[in-house]
Order: sequence, then structure tokens, then C-alpha cells
Amino acid sequence: MSSATKAPAVNYHGIWAIYRFEMARALRTLWQSLVTPVITTSLYFVVFGGAIGSKISTVGGVGYGSFIVPGLIMLSLLTQSISNASIGIYFPKFTGTVFELLSAPVSAMEMVVGYVGAAATKSIVLGLIILATASLFVPLSIVHPFAMLAFLVLTSVAFSLFGFIIGVWAKGFEQLNFIPALLITPLTFLGGAFYSIDMLPQPWRTVSLFNPVVYLVSGFRWAFFDKGDVSVGLSLGVTALFLVACLGVISWIFKTGWRMKN
Amino acid sequence: MDTILSVAGVSKTYASGHRALEPVDLDIARGEIFALLGPNGAGKTTLISIICGIVTPSTGTVTVLGHDAQKDFRSARRAIGLVPQELSVDMFETVLATVKFSRRLFGKAPDDAHIEQVLRDLSLWDKRDAKIRELSGGMKRRVLIAKALSHEPEILFLDEPTAGVDVALRRDMWRLVHKLRAGGTTIILTTHYIEEAEEMADRVGVIDKGRIILVEQKAALMRKLGKRELRITLSEPLSAVPAALAAWPLKIAEDGRLIYAFDAEDERIPDLLAALGAQGIGYKDLETHKSSLEDIFVDLVEQKDAA
Repeated sequence: MSSATKAPAVNYHGIWAIYRFEMARALRTLWQSLVTPVITTSLYFVVFGGAIGSKISTVGGVGYGSFIVPGLIMLSLLTQSISNASIGIYFPKFTGTVFELLSAPVSAMEMVVGYVGAAATKSIVLGLIILATASLFVPLSIVHPFAMLAFLVLTSVAFSLFGFIIGVWAKGFEQLNFIPALLITPLTFLGGAFYSIDMLPQPWRTVSLFNPVVYLVSGFRWAFFDKGDVSVGLSLGVTALFLVACLGVISWIFKTGWRMKN
Repeated sequence: MDTILSVAGVSKTYASGHRALEPVDLDIARGEIFALLGPNGAGKTTLISIICGIVTPSTGTVTVLGHDAQKDFRSARRAIGLVPQELSVDMFETVLATVKFSRRLFGKAPDDAHIEQVLRDLSLWDKRDAKIRELSGGMKRRVLIAKALSHEPEILFLDEPTAGVDVALRRDMWRLVHKLRAGGTTIILTTHYIEEAEEMADRVGVIDKGRIILVEQKAALMRKLGKRELRITLSEPLSAVPAALAAWPLKIAEDGRLIYAFDAEDERIPDLLAALGAQGIGYKDLETHKSSLEDIFVDLVEQKDAA
């Protein structure tokens, strides 16, 4: 039999092609991608910062308007990471173009790096845009800027991985919106995005500790104000655990070909 | 044979329990055009999908250029280009962007000159900045072919390439196939249009109900299985074949013509005509008919069904 040279161990061109494709998808709708979060953030500040904030004034020594910034960014980060990554992989399955991905010399992990990398990039940019918008409304100083960036990146990657799983799992467009709407938004609202869980009466304070989003918001808030509902180490641990769990599910998906291959 | 692709014991049973492919063995020679012929649902697309990595085989191995298609999928897959049956394209991309994307996806550095050549060969260059959703079905098919050729594959799969395609595209496609073959590309096409296989292929494989019934050089197949008939229109119709001609395998057709079935090596037609003359049987017209690949194919599938 004829022989041919072996392919390189990593298909960098392939990863780059997927990443670029996904970023181009966002650039085509650049206007929406930028304007929507700016308007939404402004609305939150008008309602929570202006209307309600005037009644609450400070939480743990931080002005209420500033206090909600980390939670607000988290809320968008979680929903946008999931929606970007899930549509990214669901759409090729829906249109049938997934045949090309499956027949290409691209490994499962390379595919994940391309799709999840692009989705996470978009989320990070989005987070920074919201942060910039917020700084127009309220005074903001970030005590641990590197930790803030680390949480931003880690959360974006973890929830983009989660979104990728949902995209593989989904059999229809309704299912794509199902998890974000029914799970993530409530968990975020109940996860201390707009209040400190110390403000809750028992047993709800204890119940809240079973909500993983509490740890994300708390860690992120710690990076801003040097104080959170739970210790920063615990926040980091829970975020990392979630990321590893998502990676585990994804390797299983590719090993078995579940909902990707016949 | 310089084998470029080898399929050994490959079978597929889908999760639903549907047995799409019985264990199949098949070797493809470098540089040939191989036509996989079979009715709808025979297992053509399943076999191709397994070779290209889209479907996981239940048993067996595929070897491409010496590389195991599962263990060393990178080396195997980058040698293959696939044009699928369905018109699955990214509606919102431009022609040029999607073809460039394919090349990189398959691990090749950008090469604008090659992409331009492919697009020109497929009469797509003028449409390069058009969004794919604005294109007609035939144009989308061209885009899929361009994508498959973008990374200069050594083996090209065309799954039902001319299903629902207009004459111009069909002609362009065959011109391209000839050009590719001249450049050394191995081409495997599936079709249920027999003329397509008859016109293009060097070898033909017939698949039915998940089994490859036969693999043969097209010419040899036509020679071996191709029956020929001499149809003789007589001056005076006969009611029966005269006893003196009983040694000849003759039949009288419903329209009164005398039919002589023979195979391709037969050289006795002058003798038959002389025998007719000796019996005083006059004739007005002679016509020979050669069976097409389609007749052969129908015969094969029917024989197998009867067995």
C-alpha cells in the first residue's frame, strides 16, 4: 500500500479556522453584540441603582450601585457564554454542515478549543464592555484586578464548556433556551447577584449555599471589593470543579460519539 | 494493484437495530474512478460515511494511504475530500470564506492561488463574494465540491453528485472529474444513475441490501455480462422457428421479429445469415442491441433477490 507522510500532532490551522469562523459570526452581528449589553446594563442601573439603590444605600460598606456590578457582569457572562457556545455547535448539527467537522482531521479537543475559545472570548469582551458601561454610572475601584480577570476568564471558559454540552445535547431550538432560562437565570438571581446572602433570613441563607452561582458571584465580588459571602478559595475551588466536570462530560461525549455521530 | 484505500470487514448496525451494512471488503486503486452502484438504501452512503469518519463502524477497519482511519485519523482524513449528498452549507458565509475555511480545517496553510483555481474550475469565481444562501441549488452543489477540493485531497468522494443537477453542471462536473483524474486524484462516486457509472468509471462495485455483490472492471463487466441481441425483421413473418434452424438459439418476438441472443465473443452471425438464406427466409432489416450497465444491474439485483 502507498504510504504518505504523517499529519502533524496538532491541527493548529483547524483550530484557528473554527475560532475565526465563530468570531466572524459575532462580527456579522457586531452592532447587536455591543449595543444589547450596553442598553441592558444601563437599564439595570436605572432600576436597581437609581430606583431601589436610593432605598438601600450601602451593602457591607459598598454603595449599592457599585455592589451590583460584579453580579450584573456574572449574569450576562453565564447566559451569554452558554448561548454563544451552544448555538456554535448546535447550528452545524441543525444545518448538516457538521459532516465537514466530523470528516476533518480535527480532534475532539481541537474542536472544543476552537468553539469554546471563541465563545469564551466573546464573553470576556462582553464582560469588559459591561464593566466599562457600569463605570459610567457608579464609582468603581477594583481591589484585585488580576483576580478579577482570572475569575472573568475562568467563568467564561467554564460556562462556554457547559454551553457546548447543551449544544450537543439539544435536539431543537427550544432546548437551547431551556437550560439558560429555566436554570441559569433563576440561579443567578437567587445567587446573590443583587444582594448579599447575609441579607437573607434562615433557612434561605443555608439553602443558598447549595447554589453554585453564589460562589461565582462571591469570588468575583471579592476581586472588586476584597469581601465576599464565602471565602475566595472556596469560590475558586467551585469554579474549577465545575470546569473540570464539564471537561469530563465533553470527553465522554466525544469518546462515545453521543449525539454527534451515528 | 497500488491500493490507496482499503476497507476490511466493515459493517454497520445502527443504534435503532437497522443493519445498514454487512461486512464489506473493498480495495481502491490509486488514480482510478470507482463507481459504487446500488438502489436507494443499499448502504452506499453508510459505507462512505464510515470511510470519511462521520459514522463509526460496528466492525472492521478502514486504511487510507497506510494509515488506520480510526487510530491515525489525522493522516487518513486529510487525504480525503467529501462531497455529501445533502446540500449542507453555511448559508450566511460567502463562497470564498467557506472554501478557505475548509482548507484550514483540513490542516493546510492558506493558498489563495489554489483556491482561485478551484473556484474558476467550478465557474464560481465570479460568485466568490456572494452569500451562499443567495445561490441556486446547483451553485450550492458547486460550492460543496470546491470545499472538498480546497485542501487538495488525494481521494475524492462524490456521493450522488448529479442528483438534481442541471445539464451544465453535470457537464462541468465530468470535465472536472477528468481533470482531477489526470492529475492523479482517486475518485469514488456513488450513484443510482447507471449512465453515470457507465460513462465515467474504470471499475464498478454493485451494492444491494448492505452487501457488495460484485466488483469488476467496467469493461470486463460489460463484456462478461453484457448480452447482445440481433433483431431481424423478416420479409414474411414466421409462426415458428423452422426445424432446420433448431440448433440456433432463436426466438420469435411478439412483433414478429426473429431474435438471436449472443455474447460479445460470438462470431457466428454471418453463418446464421447464410443459414437463413439457405432456408429461403428473407429479411428487411437487421439491428443489434447491446445491454447497458443498467440491464446488467437489474439482472444482478433480481438474481440475488431470487436466490
